[in-house]
Amino acid sequence: MNYAWNWSVLVQQPYLGWLLDGFKTTVWISLAAWTIALSAGGLLGVVGSLPGRIRLITPAYVAVFRNVPLLLQLFIWFFVVPELLPRDAGQWLKRDLPHPEAWTAVIGLGLFTAARVAVQVRAGVRAVATGQLAAALAGGMRLAQAYRYVLLPQALRVMLPPLTSEFLTVFKNSALALTIGVFDMTAQSRQIESYTFNGFEAFTAATAVYLLIALTVTFGMRRLEVRLAIPGTRSA
Amino acid sequence: MGNFDFSVVVRSWPFLLEGLRLSAVLTLVAMAGGLVLGLMLALARLSRYRTLATLATLYVNGFRAVPLVLVIFWFYFLVPLVLGQSVGALPSALIAFTLFEAAYYSEIIRAGLQAVPRGQWQAAAAAGLRPAQTLRFVVLPQALRHMLPLLLTQAVVLFQDTSLVYVISLRDFMTSAGIVANRDNRLVEVYMFAALVYFILCVSASTAAHFLDKRWRRT
Repeated sequence: MNYAWNWSVLVQQPYLGWLLDGFKTTVWISLAAWTIALSAGGLLGVVGSLPGRIRLITPAYVAVFRNVPLLLQLFIWFFVVPELLPRDAGQWLKRDLPHPEAWTAVIGLGLFTAARVAVQVRAGVRAVATGQLAAALAGGMRLAQAYRYVLLPQALRVMLPPLTSEFLTVFKNSALALTIGVFDMTAQSRQIESYTFNGFEAFTAATAVYLLIALTVTFGMRRLEVRLAIPGTRSA
Repeated sequence: MGNFDFSVVVRSWPFLLEGLRLSAVLTLVAMAGGLVLGLMLALARLSRYRTLATLATLYVNGFRAVPLVLVIFWFYFLVPLVLGQSVGALPSALIAFTLFEAAYYSEIIRAGLQAVPRGQWQAAAAAGLRPAQTLRFVVLPQALRHMLPLLLTQAVVLFQDTSLVYVISLRDFMTSAGIVANRDNRLVEVYMFAALVYFILCVSASTAAHFLDKRWRRT
């Protein structure tokens, strides 16, 4: 192996600046996409657990968003949707919206992750619903009250661990935004590699950042789980 | 709006089919390699040797914490460096996908192995089977029934993930679609068609997996 090591490339300008920009981009795109995923996915998950035909919306949404690769979904939001919209709206998306690639990534990643969140939320509600829903209704609550005061508070605790791993998946999937021209953490490390040929150092930096994010989030969520646990219900 | 021309899909079908074939190759190789390596990792994590178990845990958690795109870049960069010559994108992609999938498969396999009661190991040992025989004839056949639906779901995920070789311009189905779309300036038609193909293939595979799972559970 013939390789010219130069770790100092990571603290030199402009490369250090590129890495920091990439880190910021990765974080804000992931957090924004997660906001969409949590609201849309939470709503879809609750709808999917309701009695009646309306719940069928959820499996339909999930089927569409889980059976097309995320990369292609991003391309469709970026290249196809502006063409299908009315002329003015399409023009606005392509020309006037600042940072169209970043916003496309947020929307695309958010709606993709919403499908995954919906599945977890629906499963969480179902896990507590069986006897609890009947009891709440028999106790005179309306359906909305039963969800608000009985099912969701318990289901949220059940969902926390799977939602943590979905949250981490958003960070990882945000790297796909580089295919539509977003300069995230991964894209910046790739750019440093092509400028300096110090790929080893650049990719190590990016890898370390993702590992750090994973460790921080996992640790933080564990603490949250412990804090939120209802006394006497935690098995492990 | 209104003047879409889907004949581009028909004209380019042989080229797209070639890409689809590469997607299938990537999926199958990564699945086979990932299963073998994943089984070894799962056994390592469950083994009595602490160092081995720790190393396997580090491997699995490490790969699961980073984006697949970054792993693809890593190996696209590393493989020629280690081999001392350029070998093209395909071998590095195959290695990247196999090593990456192994981390995910190992977690599925580990859960499957743990779902088999400890008593089965003890009973097999009492009957005079060696550990390797116990694994092969007693534990794995039972564990497989637990794992099957998840393994197949993971295969569908993997098939979709092979589209990421787009970032190193390897001509799978996704990349081929991108080439045709840009060459003929028919992005709407080609990307919609590609999405439809992925959708049909993945839904069929998931449905088949579900059906298979039901049949396996009954026996």
